[in-house]
Amino acid sequence: MDIRYYIFLSIALFVTGIIGVLTRRNAIVIFMCIELMLNAVNLLLVAFSKMHYKALAATNPTAGTDGQLFVFFIMVVAAAEVSVGLAIIVMLYRNTRSVDINFLNRLKH
Amino acid sequence: MNALLFSAISGVLMMFSGISVKRNATVRGLAIVLLLVVLAGTILDLQGVRLLHINTEGMLGFSRFSSLFMLVAVVSTLAYFLLSARDMEAVGNHYSEYFALIFFILTGVAMTAGFQSLLILFLGIEVLSIPLYILAGAEKNNLKSNEAALKYFLMGSFSTGLLLMGIALVYGATGTFATVPFTPADGKVPVLLTTGMMMLLFGLSFKVSAAPFHFWTPDVYDGSPTVFTSFMATVVKAAGFIAFMRLFNDAFSNIAPQWKLLVAVIVAVTLFVGNITAVFQQSVKRMLAYSSIAQAGFMMMAVYALNSDAQDGLILYAAAYSFATIGIFAVLIRMKDQSFEGFNGFARQQPLLAATLVVFLLSLAGIPLTAGFLSKLYMLRATMQAGSLALPLFAVLMAAISVYYYFRLLQAMYFREGNSGATLQVTGGFKVTLVLLAAATILLGVFPELLTQWLYF
Repeated sequence: MDIRYYIFLSIALFVTGIIGVLTRRNAIVIFMCIELMLNAVNLLLVAFSKMHYKALAATNPTAGTDGQLFVFFIMVVAAAEVSVGLAIIVMLYRNTRSVDINFLNRLKH
Repeated sequence: MNALLFSAISGVLMMFSGISVKRNATVRGLAIVLLLVVLAGTILDLQGVRLLHINTEGMLGFSRFSSLFMLVAVVSTLAYFLLSARDMEAVGNHYSEYFALIFFILTGVAMTAGFQSLLILFLGIEVLSIPLYILAGAEKNNLKSNEAALKYFLMGSFSTGLLLMGIALVYGATGTFATVPFTPADGKVPVLLTTGMMMLLFGLSFKVSAAPFHFWTPDVYDGSPTVFTSFMATVVKAAGFIAFMRLFNDAFSNIAPQWKLLVAVIVAVTLFVGNITAVFQQSVKRMLAYSSIAQAGFMMMAVYALNSDAQDGLILYAAAYSFATIGIFAVLIRMKDQSFEGFNGFARQQPLLAATLVVFLLSLAGIPLTAGFLSKLYMLRATMQAGSLALPLFAVLMAAISVYYYFRLLQAMYFREGNSGATLQVTGGFKVTLVLLAAATILLGVFPELLTQWLYF
């Protein structure tokens, strides 16, 4: 399939994520949208990796593997971020009994 | 490389020391000793001595510039430990873990200083940010700290998303993650590369809190425990700029026309927003948050200029800004009232501390004979060499405005009646460290080559 389809798909996912982050008020939903953004990037990296492999396989049999390697790093880092992020959200929930980010406006004064 | 390994190992050691060591003073002593080891490793790095030979596949390498920045970061952290480590006890009862997290942040700083691949850039920025999210929320029962942590976390991961998208698009255009200069084949820059570079620019601007991506900064700095704000606003921010400058210098210098104007606009907006908003703040902590945005505008001029003056300037700026801000925060943490009025009459009760604070404030404002003045001068000269006259002029105007809010604190300390300093508890060691830090600020302001010569010899 043409690379452009993959680019459009992952940009659509990415933009969905951004819109979610900017419009939703629930911390967990925002968090899910951020994960969606990261997964859009993963998809794009794998697609580009295949594209570079196809273009350069004749001269360099390992072309494009670094793109797929990057995806693993993104997954690991995203997992670390999830553990910290959910801990922060749980901490906030314990103190306020809510995960609504409208609370955040209290700091602005 | 030594510095990176040592700080990672120190982090692990500190983490486990919490199990066996119960006395806070011992933990503090251990942290300072480990940091001295990291410092020794950094100095060896600068001399070109590698204790361990690790094949990094060309992804990570330390030039003199990276190592020198690492030296500035480690020395600032040492000053921070000596001045403020005691105050971390008040935050919560996980004393050794706070030090462990700070060592992990230093590991991230080393990675952002030495990356030669976008993969390491990404990992470095994450290793640097994730411990900070935890530190921002360290006061678990304080709502303001909770909110700061959540806000920092959401904004931080959002900007990571932008950064990653940028990396993916650049990879699509160039086929490599290595930060080597990209030269367009027939003078046409692929649209994927331009878009990717823009997203990298926006993502990094978020991280270093350059306007218009700065809106999270004052709230996060204000809400976090003051001890950790001090570290967040200095070493970590400077590390962001090293990453920024190295990325644009190494990878995008050949397609400068694509981003020069945008960076110039970001610099101007950052200077404007930071300085104008800082004028209206009532709390010293919040003023320092906005001042950090304003100083970020100056540091960002190095990204615009990208010449040898900009390199010297950024190192000097990182040192001048970190020393001064850590010093002011160290006193601020111990003040009961953190508004400007809280400092009324401070000079009468604590003449020595007030005098050092004056040096730091003068340095931040950029008054001659302090390191802050010379670093601003380097930045202005670098920008002029890069062919812009309007930007330095605007920056000078903004620096003049900054004098107002820095001197307001000075005026409160010296020319107002009050007894703010009477209850302040300080030890002899605290005073000595603060005086040494002030002396270093003045020394660098007179002999900048003490620091910058390391870049060349």
